[in-house]
Amino acid sequence: MGDCHECAGSCAPASAGTAATHKLVAIIGPPNAGKSTLFNRLTGLRQKVANFPGVTVEHHTGKADLPGGHDVELVDLPGVYSLHARSEDERVSHDVLHGKMPGLKRPDGVILILDATNLSRHLPLAASVLSLRIPTLVVLNMADDMRQRGGAVDTGALADELGAPVVLASASTGEGVEEVARFLTGGIGVPKPVELPVLQDVPACRQWAREVSREAGYTHPAPPVWTRRLDAVFLHAVWGPLSFVLVVGAVFQTIFTGARPLMDGVEWAVAAAGGLMRAVLPEGVLRSLLVDGVWSGVGAVLVFMPQILLLFLFITVLEDSGYLARAALIADRTMARVGLQGKSFIPLLSAYACAVPAIMATRTIENKRDRIATILIAPFMTCSARLPVYTLIIAAFIPDRQFIGPFVHTRAAALMGLYVLGFAAAVLTAKVLKSSILKSERTPFVLEMPPYRVPSWRTVGLRLYDRALAFLKRAGTVILGVSVVLWALASIPLVDGKAPPIEQSLAGTLGRAIEPLIAPLGFNWKIGIGLVTSLAAREVIVGTLGTIYGMEPDKDSAGLQAALQKDLTFAGAVALLVFFAFAMQCMSTLAVVRRETGGWKWPAVQFAYMGALAWLCALAAYRVFS
Amino acid sequence: MQLSFKNGARANGPASLADLGENEEGTLERIDLPADFAHRLMELGFVPGHAITVAHSAPGGDPRVFRVDGSEIALRRETARHILLRKQ
Repeated sequence: MGDCHECAGSCAPASAGTAATHKLVAIIGPPNAGKSTLFNRLTGLRQKVANFPGVTVEHHTGKADLPGGHDVELVDLPGVYSLHARSEDERVSHDVLHGKMPGLKRPDGVILILDATNLSRHLPLAASVLSLRIPTLVVLNMADDMRQRGGAVDTGALADELGAPVVLASASTGEGVEEVARFLTGGIGVPKPVELPVLQDVPACRQWAREVSREAGYTHPAPPVWTRRLDAVFLHAVWGPLSFVLVVGAVFQTIFTGARPLMDGVEWAVAAAGGLMRAVLPEGVLRSLLVDGVWSGVGAVLVFMPQILLLFLFITVLEDSGYLARAALIADRTMARVGLQGKSFIPLLSAYACAVPAIMATRTIENKRDRIATILIAPFMTCSARLPVYTLIIAAFIPDRQFIGPFVHTRAAALMGLYVLGFAAAVLTAKVLKSSILKSERTPFVLEMPPYRVPSWRTVGLRLYDRALAFLKRAGTVILGVSVVLWALASIPLVDGKAPPIEQSLAGTLGRAIEPLIAPLGFNWKIGIGLVTSLAAREVIVGTLGTIYGMEPDKDSAGLQAALQKDLTFAGAVALLVFFAFAMQCMSTLAVVRRETGGWKWPAVQFAYMGALAWLCALAAYRVFS
Repeated sequence: MQLSFKNGARANGPASLADLGENEEGTLERIDLPADFAHRLMELGFVPGHAITVAHSAPGGDPRVFRVDGSEIALRRETARHILLRKQ
C-alpha cells in the first residue's frame, strides 16, 4: 500500500465520492477498540455531539484536522460487533453505511478500527464492512499493546487477504495517526477488492477469520499479564469488595469535600462579578434585571460546576481505565435484588452529583426496560442541587447538637437521613416498577471485561470540556430564562415606577393561588413561590426566598434563616425537606428524559409520580411532626 | 481439561458452564438460549468447539468472568447454565 504515494488525490478512496465538496468518512469498530480515541486525535475540539433522528443513539461528528486544507467530515459510529441490525446501535451503523440515515449522505470512506490484540474475533466485522465496497482503511489499533505482549501481524499480507489497506496504529500514543490522515487526504491507494464472505453463520465466519489471520502471519499476543494481576486484587473475594467500597468512598469524599474550595472560589468570583456589575451599571430596571435577575440565577448554578466536572473526571478515568466494568460486575448481585443489573450502578452513582449526566450514562444498558427503570429512579438520588436547599433548611430549623457519640451531630445525621430517604425511594420504586409495568425477562447480563489501560488524558480532557460546555449551555438557557421570568414576575406590576412589594407582585399572586394546595403541608404562599420557581431547578428556591424576603442569600444567610423561622414551623420544615427529597423539580432532567426515552410519556409519568409521592410524604411528615 | 461434577445428576446430562470451577476449562457444545441472544454470545466468542476457561467472579460467585477467544466476558449463572459443554 506504500507504493501509492504519487497518486495522492486521484486514485484516492475519498475521491470516489463527490470530489470537490466535503467528504464524509465514517469510523466504525467493535466496542473498546479505541474508536473515540482515534476520533479525538483526528478532530480535537472541532467536534459536536448529536442524536440520530428518531433514535436515542448519540453520534459525534467533527472536521478532521488535515494538512493542505482538505475538508473531511468524520462521523463516529457506535461500537458494534456486526452489522446485523439487531440492536439500536447496530441498526444505526447499518443505516449510516448504507446511506439510509436521514440527513447524512452515504459515507465516501470508512475507517474500520479493529483491536490488534484480538484479530480473529474482530475480522468478521471487517468482512461485512468491506463487502459494502466503500473505500475502507483497516486500522489495527492497540499495536503497541499487541507487540508488547509478543503478538505480530503482516499488514501487507492482511491487506491482500482483505482487499483493503491495513495500518497498525495506537490511537493513545499517536502511532499510525499520520497514515490515517493520509488515507483521509487520499494518499493511500486501495488494493484490488477481493470476494469476502458475509455469513450469517457465526462459526463459519470464525473459520474464515482464523484462516485469514493465519495467512496474514498473525501471532496472537500473550494474555495481558497486568490485567490478570490487577483482577486478582479487584475481583478477589475479600479485596475486591473492599477496593470497590474504597473507590466509591473516595469519589464521594472528593465530590463533597474536595470540591468545596473550588466551589467557594466560584461563589466568590460570581459575587465579585455581581458587585462589579452593580457598581458599573446605572441604577434602574436594566441593572436590576441583569444583577438581581440574570446574574444571581445563573451564578447560583455555576457554583455546582466544579462538583459536576470532578464527578465526570472520576467516571471518565474509571471507565477508560477499565475499572468500571469490574465495578458493574461486583454491583450486579446487589442490583439484581431490586430487579436491576450491574450496569445500572454507575448511572445511579452519577445521579448523586446530577441526574442529567446519569440519565445519559444509562445508554450502556442494552435492556430497554432496565434502562427506563434506571432513568425513572435516578432523580431520587440526592443530587448536588438539593444540597443548598437542605443546608439552608437544616441550618435554620435543626439545632446543632451531639446526636450519636461525639462525632455525629444532629445536622449531619439529618442530612444523611435525607440521602437514605432518597435512596430508599429509588430502591422501592425500582422494585415496584420491575415487578409491574417494566417487568422483563431476567435480563441476560453480558459484560465484556476490557484489559486495564492507562487513560488517555486527551480523551479525558475532551470529555470534561464537552460536559462543561453542556452545563454552561444549560445555565445559559434554562436557568437564565427562569431567572428572567422570575425577576419579571416579582417586578410587575410596577408601583410608582418601582418594583412592588413581593405580595403585590405577580409572583405573590401566583404563590397565593397555589396556597390551598400546599397549606396542608404547612407551607405558606411565600414558600409556594419558591416551589413554583424551583420547578426549573431545585436550588433556585434559595435565591427566590432571598428575593422574597428581600435579602441577598449569599451575604446574609443567617438573615434568611431567621426570616424562614418566622414563616415555617418545625413540622413544616421537615415536610419541605421531604418534599425536596422526592419531587421532580428539574426542567433539565425532564428534558433529558424526554430526549433519551424518545417522547413525553416517561417524563410525564415521572413528574406525576414523583410529585404525588412528594406531596403525600410531605403531608405525612407534617402530620407526624406537628 | 477437567470437569467438576458438583451434583451427581450432572454426570449424566451434558454439563454446563455453570458447573465449572475457577480455572477449569471446557469445550462449548451448544447454547440453549433464544436465537438472538445465542447469536450475540457467539459474536463474543462463545462458538461451538471453542475452549472456555473460568476466570474470576464477583463476590458470592455470581456473575462469573469467562475467558473465551482471547477476551473476558462476564455472565450470570442463570445464563451460564444454558451454555452446554462437550462431554469429555
